[in-house]
Amino acid sequence: MFGYYLDLALRSLGRNKVLTALMVLAIAVGIGASMTTLTVVHLLSGDPLPGRSQAIFYPQVDADPKNKDSSEPLDMLDYRSALDLWSAKRADRQVMLVQSQVRLNTADAGKPAVMMPMLSATADFFSMFNVPFRYGGPWSEQDDASRARVAVITDDLNQKLFAGENSVGRVLRLRNSDVRIVGVLKPWRPSPQFYAVRGGRFAAGDTSDFYAKPEDVITPFFTGLDVNDGNFQQFTCWQMPPHPGHLQDSPCVWVAFWVQINDANRVAAYRRFVADYAAQQQAIGRFTHSGNTRMRSLMGWLDFNGVLPSNVRLQAWLAVAFLAICLVNMIGLLLAKFLRRSGEIGLRRALGASRAAVFAQYMVESGLIGLIGGVCGWLLTMAGLWFIRQQPVAYADLARLDVPMFLLTFVAAIGASLLAGALPAVRACRVVPAWQLKSL
Amino acid sequence: MQIKPILSALRRHKAGTFLIAAQIALTLAIVCNALFIIQQRVAHLSEPSGIDEANIFVIKSEWVGAPAPDQADAQMREDLQVLRQLPGVQNVTPSNSYPLRGDGWDDAIRLKPDQVQDSSGATIYFADENFLDTLDLKLIAGRNFRAEEIGHMDLRYKLAPPVVIITKALAEKLFPGETAVGKTIYLIGGPATVIGEVELLQAQSVEHWASEFAYRSVIIPERLNVSLGAFYIVRARPGQLETAMPAAVKALFAHNPRRVINEDDGVLSFSDVRSRAYESDRGMAILMGVICAVLLAVTAAGIVGLTSFWVGQRRKQIGVRRALGATRRDILNYFMTENLLISVGGVLFGAVLAIAINLWMVTRFEMHHLSMVYLMAGVAMLLLLGQGAVLAPALRASRVPPVEATRSV
Repeated sequence: MFGYYLDLALRSLGRNKVLTALMVLAIAVGIGASMTTLTVVHLLSGDPLPGRSQAIFYPQVDADPKNKDSSEPLDMLDYRSALDLWSAKRADRQVMLVQSQVRLNTADAGKPAVMMPMLSATADFFSMFNVPFRYGGPWSEQDDASRARVAVITDDLNQKLFAGENSVGRVLRLRNSDVRIVGVLKPWRPSPQFYAVRGGRFAAGDTSDFYAKPEDVITPFFTGLDVNDGNFQQFTCWQMPPHPGHLQDSPCVWVAFWVQINDANRVAAYRRFVADYAAQQQAIGRFTHSGNTRMRSLMGWLDFNGVLPSNVRLQAWLAVAFLAICLVNMIGLLLAKFLRRSGEIGLRRALGASRAAVFAQYMVESGLIGLIGGVCGWLLTMAGLWFIRQQPVAYADLARLDVPMFLLTFVAAIGASLLAGALPAVRACRVVPAWQLKSL
Repeated sequence: MQIKPILSALRRHKAGTFLIAAQIALTLAIVCNALFIIQQRVAHLSEPSGIDEANIFVIKSEWVGAPAPDQADAQMREDLQVLRQLPGVQNVTPSNSYPLRGDGWDDAIRLKPDQVQDSSGATIYFADENFLDTLDLKLIAGRNFRAEEIGHMDLRYKLAPPVVIITKALAEKLFPGETAVGKTIYLIGGPATVIGEVELLQAQSVEHWASEFAYRSVIIPERLNVSLGAFYIVRARPGQLETAMPAAVKALFAHNPRRVINEDDGVLSFSDVRSRAYESDRGMAILMGVICAVLLAVTAAGIVGLTSFWVGQRRKQIGVRRALGATRRDILNYFMTENLLISVGGVLFGAVLAIAINLWMVTRFEMHHLSMVYLMAGVAMLLLLGQGAVLAPALRASRVPPVEATRSV
């Protein structure tokens, strides 16, 4: 029967090409718009560390004397607190990290120097965040301690400077120091750049910069502090720092600190450890209060920062409303189309077709429109994503259709058109055969 | 026009009537809000910066090595001299930032040294005596800096210049109804006397968080020397911007090659600066515009489709009416009025929906309250759209010949 209905549907669609084109267009445009924006939402709100994120936490203590126990602690740590918590090694892995702008001079003269962002992190960074290596590997904990002049670079920079060859052992000149490359990453594009997320609550929804690419140069934490001394930016300070750019022992917060705790039962113990640390700092007079420590999980921290840009959310809502209008439109057109064939329906019913059969026939027709609309909608989605890739936003390069969203495009298109077709099909199968036959 | 027969006919087509009305309502709700978003973004991106945008470009020069502050200042003054001697350059000034840059130094202004709550936020622009002329700022009270008042400092010193120039917007905020010239304001490092007031100078950030002090700026008579480098704001002679930009970079490198001027954003004309600052606003406005256009088209197509169906269904009745003496005009009016009735129902519901959506967006997306002008414009637009869309099927209906009444009864 399905084959027969399909044949009927094809004939019916061919009979009124303009109306068919209108309906296909409505579905395609609605699906194209909503799938484009939903794909962006899907890509920007995913888990950046699947399988690992629930074990990653962001401990916070509050060294700001102007804050109180009732206030939210500052988004980053001061150097002393970060160093103390990191040195205690009470978690399975822990990493301190800080970003700065550094001048990169390539060893071969002739090319001009460039300013670029640099990440300085302790050795656990790579294992904790599942960072993949193409050549070489991470540095050791000894390298951290001895402030070794080493660095890891991204695949991008390796392509740019060394044409993609194995550059382990080559030398980069960062500001006035030479560092030896010990590792080259595989392409690595976390979304968002989760390890550096902070301050989202002050961004008024303008958070697209959280989706920047990882820094091209990664050095050991203390090495970075030495090499780029004087060029570090605070997140905020409660007093003017005595040496701007050199923030160790400054009244500023500027270090991000992450821990990995594999055993869920030990999370509470670490929480207590952080609270105890703050209490102890209050006891020795370094903190004025210690009751507002926090330890959010990775996803909790991303939520707290509202990482999904408000422009993206707004567009997604609009696109869904848009799809709704397209559907209402399609219901109207289908109603017109089906009821115009009331005579035909009456004839089929008189010849013995059940209501269910008539209903099925028209649902097949709606589904077929949905399928064609889905194909066109998929093309429009590709075009929409291409358009987003041309936009000057940090997440532009992420906008690609993945398999789940590809499948969803068709499921949504066919589902939407079946939904739209249901009411007209019900009306069609209620046609009274006798009246129709009389007026034929 | 008889409304009653139309209403009783519509009662026979509840589903179709409801669908058209619903579509008009939804479209009105979305289009009103989208137009309102467009208007807000466009208004935001056409806010004036207060400077001579057509002739200004900015060079970001960073030093190689870490010159000591005194040395950096000497190098900076040499650079300014080099730039000023170029034929295409009218004037040049060093600063830490410029309007629309997006990044820079914002500070709190107080009126008393022991004040707890700040009086206002403000953007801090470092400047020399050429700042006003280079940016083409209009001095409306007091005087410009004198050359001997210009000092230099690096980030280690406290920000405490003896004199400052402020914008009219800041003056009005701090000293409403009075003249600001001669008054004392407190910056983070100490007191400063206001010696001049300029008409308009936009802040360095146009983001939402800075909107409160968008035009409140303080001009500091200091060259800021940081080892990283500085911005040189250059005003080209009229019409010579294109040639002056590359010439300036070449001259700077020829004079002192130990510097970094990035290829992609080292030299920016002010129109580049403007388009960078408002990229996301412009993108959003264009997207909303496209959505509005497509939505209106879809809605119009839906009305055409359904009305055509009704016309087809009622050919016989139309024929009967024509045979009984109705003119073509009567038939046309019938369908036009029918559409108007449905549209009015739709826009009434849509107006409520538009306001509801706007209220929801106010809470979620930092949006303003919908202005009634947009609602009215939207209502008018949709009523016209409905009438326009129904015209073709209605004309077809009016051409149904009276003889139709006699066929296949």
